Amino acid sequence: MYPEYMQESLKLVEKTRPERLKKSLSGEKVFTPMTDAERGEVLTKFHPDYKADARQKIRIGPNRGENITSEVADLLESHSRINPDDFDLSRVDYDTDVLVIGGGGGGAGAALLARENGAKVIIATKLRIGDSNSMMSQGGVQASVNPNDSPAIHYLDVLGGGHFDNKPDLVRALVTDAPLVIKWLEELGVMFDKNPDGTMLTMLGGGCSRKRMHSARDYTGAAIMRVLRDEVKNHPEDIQVIEFSPAIELLMDEGGQVAGAILYNLETEEYIMVRAKSTIIATGGFGRLHIKEFATTNHYGATADGLVLGYRAGANLLYMDSVQYHPTGAVYPEQILGFLITEKVRTMGAQPVNKFGELFVFPLEPRDVESSSFIRECTERGKGITTPHTGRVGIWLDSPIIELIHGKGAIQKQLPAMYRQYNRFDIDITKEPMLVFPTLHYQNGGLEINDKCETKLPNLYAAGEISGGVHGRNRLMGNSVLDYNVFGRRAGIAAALNAKEVKLGKLTLNHVKRYERELQEAGIHTDRISPMLLPNYTPPEVRARQLTAHYEGTLR
Amino acid sequence: MEENKSVMKKEEKTQPQKAKMISLYIMGKKYEVPEGSTIMGALEYAGYQLKRGCGCREGFCGACATVYRTTDDYKIKTGLACQTVVVPNMYLAQIPFFPANKALYDLNELEPSISTFQEVYPETFRCVSCNTCTKACPQDLEVMDYIQALIRGDIAQAADLSFDCIMCGLCAARCPAEIVQYNVAVLARRLYGKYLSKKGEYLKSRLKEIKEHKYDKEIEEFMHMDRESIKKKYYARDIEKM
Ligand SMILES: Cc1cc2nc3c(=O)[nH]c(=O)nc-3n(C[C@H](O)[C@H](O)[C@H](O)COP(=O)(O)OP(=O)(O)OC[C@H]3O[C@@H](n4cnc5c(N)ncnc54)[C@H](O)[C@@H]3O)c2cc1C
Ligand code: SF4
Ligand code: SF4
Ligand code: FES
Repeated sequence: MYPEYMQESLKLVEKTRPERLKKSLSGEKVFTPMTDAERGEVLTKFHPDYKADARQKIRIGPNRGENITSEVADLLESHSRINPDDFDLSRVDYDTDVLVIGGGGGGAGAALLARENGAKVIIATKLRIGDSNSMMSQGGVQASVNPNDSPAIHYLDVLGGGHFDNKPDLVRALVTDAPLVIKWLEELGVMFDKNPDGTMLTMLGGGCSRKRMHSARDYTGAAIMRVLRDEVKNHPEDIQVIEFSPAIELLMDEGGQVAGAILYNLETEEYIMVRAKSTIIATGGFGRLHIKEFATTNHYGATADGLVLGYRAGANLLYMDSVQYHPTGAVYPEQILGFLITEKVRTMGAQPVNKFGELFVFPLEPRDVESSSFIRECTERGKGITTPHTGRVGIWLDSPIIELIHGKGAIQKQLPAMYRQYNRFDIDITKEPMLVFPTLHYQNGGLEINDKCETKLPNLYAAGEISGGVHGRNRLMGNSVLDYNVFGRRAGIAAALNAKEVKLGKLTLNHVKRYERELQEAGIHTDRISPMLLPNYTPPEVRARQLTAHYEGTLR
Repeated sequence: MEENKSVMKKEEKTQPQKAKMISLYIMGKKYEVPEGSTIMGALEYAGYQLKRGCGCREGFCGACATVYRTTDDYKIKTGLACQTVVVPNMYLAQIPFFPANKALYDLNELEPSISTFQEVYPETFRCVSCNTCTKACPQDLEVMDYIQALIRGDIAQAADLSFDCIMCGLCAARCPAEIVQYNVAVLARRLYGKYLSKKGEYLKSRLKEIKEHKYDKEIEEFMHMDRESIKKKYYARDIEKM
């Protein structure tokens, strides 16, 4: 239920609805999309990445001297969780062909393909397998399957969305493998939404020129992740899953090759050594860093650990200066602050309107442009609606219009998760709009890879949200579910083939010592520790009473 | 315009308010937490650092299965910690792990029929129709109905009814017949997706084209274009109507 003081604004939204509906049904654009110059202006003035303190120079490591997102720079300019001298490196707990770090979609796909290519695999993951951003994606996955579409057109859309900064070889891999991924998933038993004739139901995503968004209601990620997890669990003889054991440092050998990782058992607080011929980092994104204090859509374990692991060992970062804010995060009810309202709501016709019920932007601009224009509406133009307790500001996303376009029942049928979520708080989105503001959503950049998912370090691969390059500085909807499938699979194959050739030498943690020296030499004196592993939400007044508790970074 | 002004005026008056505190019992111990918190928020407010029992924090992963009771009722209730708002004097505890049975199978060798379930999950057929599972489901799914659909051999219906299952395990935790509904359901959906759902033609022909490298040349050209030319191409592309 919306508070009393919002009712008048809600009436204005209702009042302008018929006119907006008419335009929408006419097939003409409901609002003129921005030109290149207009996009540029709204981005530089309102996107959080362009704030003065959004970026800082990183002082150590392979990308030294580059400007990157400040919170990430701090995370990288931190001490290891361990003292390398404490480790007896002759005591290996597990030996395997392929170690997959991260049990989300990318990790699960990598493990399955590595197994198919003859490798024995260990998946080490922080929470349970499947507890990941992959489980949460709602809207869908892109693939050019329709006759009026092609991988080449998909290529153009990806490039434009990424402001032409994308790495071409990665984009080619992404768009060419896309139809294959859909086929692979369907054969594993994923139930995609379909037309009565069995062809895939496809929709238009923001920044796209063709309908190529494949969905599974608004549980697309869950539909895929549940199947991948089930399939991983079908092969215990080849794929061993170690849960609640995040990797905290890579292992290397004396020849400078990556050779596995050290895991930390969150429950028994033991460190575990895994030696592996190939290592794949698939640890996902960084939403829980709460960059610029934004609320986030990401899962509990999204703390960019893989960046730290890779960077300390010497891997490059790419585009770590850009952050994706999803335009539509919930700001009310306040219990679900940051909750993602899938872009599918807008692809089905919902329109963003201000407190006077005015449509102020084309609903499907690329995400960074759309988000920036929401921020402009709420700040400079002062046409947002303020929430009662947290005092945040948002604009309306007019969802009832969806059923006027697609018919009654369309929301419950195609957006059951959205409907359910709001219904829990007594808001019926078929009748009332949702109050939204941009929310921290996606790590655009990451570890640099090539189209075989190789990093520049021997035996080290990366796939999924932790990698950088494929989306340039802005990702389009549906391309990251695609990303983790395409590159998870590719990483699995490459890692398994590599494992057949590799000879590992004596293990070392010299890279951790070297990194510590670099910190000293750069004059960085800090008590920060990384990887973060989990965020800490203990309120300060409770922390102040935990007198003898010992915090290592955010972990007690 | 007049209307517009009045909206503005009202809003300026509303100041952020501080939440009231209420008491509740976490695993039997009393704590004060802000009114309106979710159970997960309350646990964290009370000083718990969650490791198990927390995943997506948005109602999609099923990690946060919780059982609770309110003082005015003898009944045990179930819910998701990240989605359930606390009420005064509730008693709650999370279920960190449930040792449920998951069968191992090769989907390629299974048939989409009732016999598969008789073989892989025979306990399904011991359902006593008590409806406890449905009452336990935080997604409000018709859990008993999907189990009953499978007993009748209607895989399509079971797949449809169980589609929004987040595998939280609360149904299985309460089932007197020891059925692991969510694992049975994932098998039903996989069989439906692989064997029973109708397949279209487009995907097949696109895969054939890709195999024949039909688009390689065009993409290759895009890859080597300078920035200005590719930009031009991008802004000139036609956009399909919604
Ligand atoms: C709410 C939401 C909705 C989305 N909707 C869409 C959509 O509609 N379409 C789309 O294309 N994309 C969408 N995305 C983005 C997409 O889902 C993700 O980018 C993608 O799933 C990432 O997959 P991944 O395998 O790389 O990472 P994840 O799925 O996040 O998996 C990473 C795994 O690694 C584990 N991990 C982390 N650190 C460590 C460590 N140190 N050691 C071991 N394990 C570790 C994590 O616990 C997790 O299980 C959405 C994202 C969110 C959050
Ligand atoms: S069916 Fe069972 S496992 Fe699935 S959401 Fe409902 S209670 Fe949870
Ligand atoms: S709880 Fe078990 S026995 Fe009862 S209806 Fe559900 S599946 Fe059947
Ligand atoms: S934490 Fe994922 S459902 Fe609650």
